[in-house]
Amino acid sequence: MKIAVCVKAVPDAFGRRIDPATFRLDRTGDLSLSEYDAHPVEEALRLRESNGGEVIVVSLGPERAADALRKTLAMGADRSVLVSDGAFAGADLLATAHALAGALRRETADLILFGQQSADGDGACLWAAVAESLRLPVISQVSEITVVDGGLVGRRQTEFGYERIRVPLPAVVAVSDAINEPRYPSLKGIMGAKAKPQEVIGADDVGGEGASGTSVLSVSTPPARARGRRIEGTSDPAQDIVDYLVKERLL
Amino acid sequence: MKALVYLEHHEGDVLEASLGVLSKAATLGGDVAGVVVGSGVRALADGAGSFGASSVFVADDERLASPLPQPRVDVLARLVRHEGFDTVLIAQSVLGSDIAAGLAVRLGAGINWDLTDIAEEDNALHGTRPALTDSISVAVGWTSDVRIAVFRSGAFDATPGDGTAEVWDATVELEEHSVLAELVEATRAESSGPSLEAAAVIVAGGRGLGSAERFDLVEGLAEVLGGAVAATRAVVDTGWWPYSGQVGQTGKTVAPRLYVAVGISGAIQHKVGMQRSGTIVAINNDPRAPIFDYADLSVIGDLHDIVPRLTVLLRDRRGS
Repeated sequence: MKIAVCVKAVPDAFGRRIDPATFRLDRTGDLSLSEYDAHPVEEALRLRESNGGEVIVVSLGPERAADALRKTLAMGADRSVLVSDGAFAGADLLATAHALAGALRRETADLILFGQQSADGDGACLWAAVAESLRLPVISQVSEITVVDGGLVGRRQTEFGYERIRVPLPAVVAVSDAINEPRYPSLKGIMGAKAKPQEVIGADDVGGEGASGTSVLSVSTPPARARGRRIEGTSDPAQDIVDYLVKERLL
Repeated sequence: MKALVYLEHHEGDVLEASLGVLSKAATLGGDVAGVVVGSGVRALADGAGSFGASSVFVADDERLASPLPQPRVDVLARLVRHEGFDTVLIAQSVLGSDIAAGLAVRLGAGINWDLTDIAEEDNALHGTRPALTDSISVAVGWTSDVRIAVFRSGAFDATPGDGTAEVWDATVELEEHSVLAELVEATRAESSGPSLEAAAVIVAGGRGLGSAERFDLVEGLAEVLGGAVAATRAVVDTGWWPYSGQVGQTGKTVAPRLYVAVGISGAIQHKVGMQRSGTIVAINNDPRAPIFDYADLSVIGDLHDIVPRLTVLLRDRRGS
């Protein structure tokens, strides 16, 4: 089974800020693998362990993102493909889906996995856009994958309960962070990752830059919710909580 | 503006969130229509008129019985093209988000999601989207001919009036790839016990508890506070607590007077379900947990020490 996993390298949680000139997320600092994306990588590795095949990590981002992708290679992925081109700076969902679909078309994977959301954009629907670009079936919010003859069954959670959905392969599946506990890269894995292929491709390789359909008009900082109180390292935090609840008349 | 509002339904009712979006769309002026997609759903169309739709399209077909996104993309795309809609408005949900993203690609339409408001000025539509865990507010626009807007759950109240809608049949023509996914089984959550939505105090447990057995800490604290017990998605998916107690994006949305989060990191999918709580107290041993960005009282420490003692202190207090 050939499995492609779409991941994103995001700015560190503490460094996330908006560039006031472009209204875009400032991506000049260190980038790391989005915390949600270790789960689809882990799931791909488990599927490869039981079914054989290859795990390819696919991403869109600046060239520096290659370092973050190496973590997935250290976990056990076979190789990575990074779409990196200035033409994609500030790409919205439409342009991002176009770029990823272009990269995925070159791979013709049996299964394309996504995490449940990006850690910086809060968007949670890219998989459905990519599936539509590739004209493949899609299941989202999946907390369990079972391989069946000619396809797979995903257990998904919605607002109303659980569903089991069957799709033939190839298919696109977005997994939730409850699906597994991602492994940590071993020392051997980290050393081995340096020798694994990391391909960087440009807009020409994915069928052009694609068009964005949205724009950011302005960014403002709303009046912050008054910063809460913090209790750390006191001798009796439980008593501190009681005192707080009394003071706020919550008991 | 000629707007189409997707009306999601469950067990014979159009969702409150969809009716809220419809009510909002009606205040923007222009021509507002709704669309209901499913099997045996014709009766749902009638009520939409009172929430501001001048017409409602119904796609009623056995092949649309399962709540899957891709056949709905086919129905909506065809309606937009044939009826000339320039704007599609959708309430955010697991199903709604997947429909919106698929439709965006099909129509080459720009999509802005997680919006909390929308307005039209000088013939240009713009939306408001909180970002970076709601620390900033972004004004967004569209550059495409067709505009898709997806709204955060509970963004607008559904306000009934006295209008009526004309009901039209929508043509159902499904693409080959849209019918490949098949619903095999659906398990609907049983709800029992006190309603989370109505509780004044909620104590919620997350993965930080470490095991199903330790959920007794959450139950004990909830009991002395006279509150209800809730859980995060991770805990529910792991089987530590039933789905009916889940708060968050794919669970319940609550707004108690006091919300005590025990061992919860507070990722966005949990936050959207509880951020309107009056006072949020968070106990977690990870000082970097996102929940500390919006808790009123942040307690950094080991919940296994703090929660039992807190429960004893509160019980003593109640006894005296």
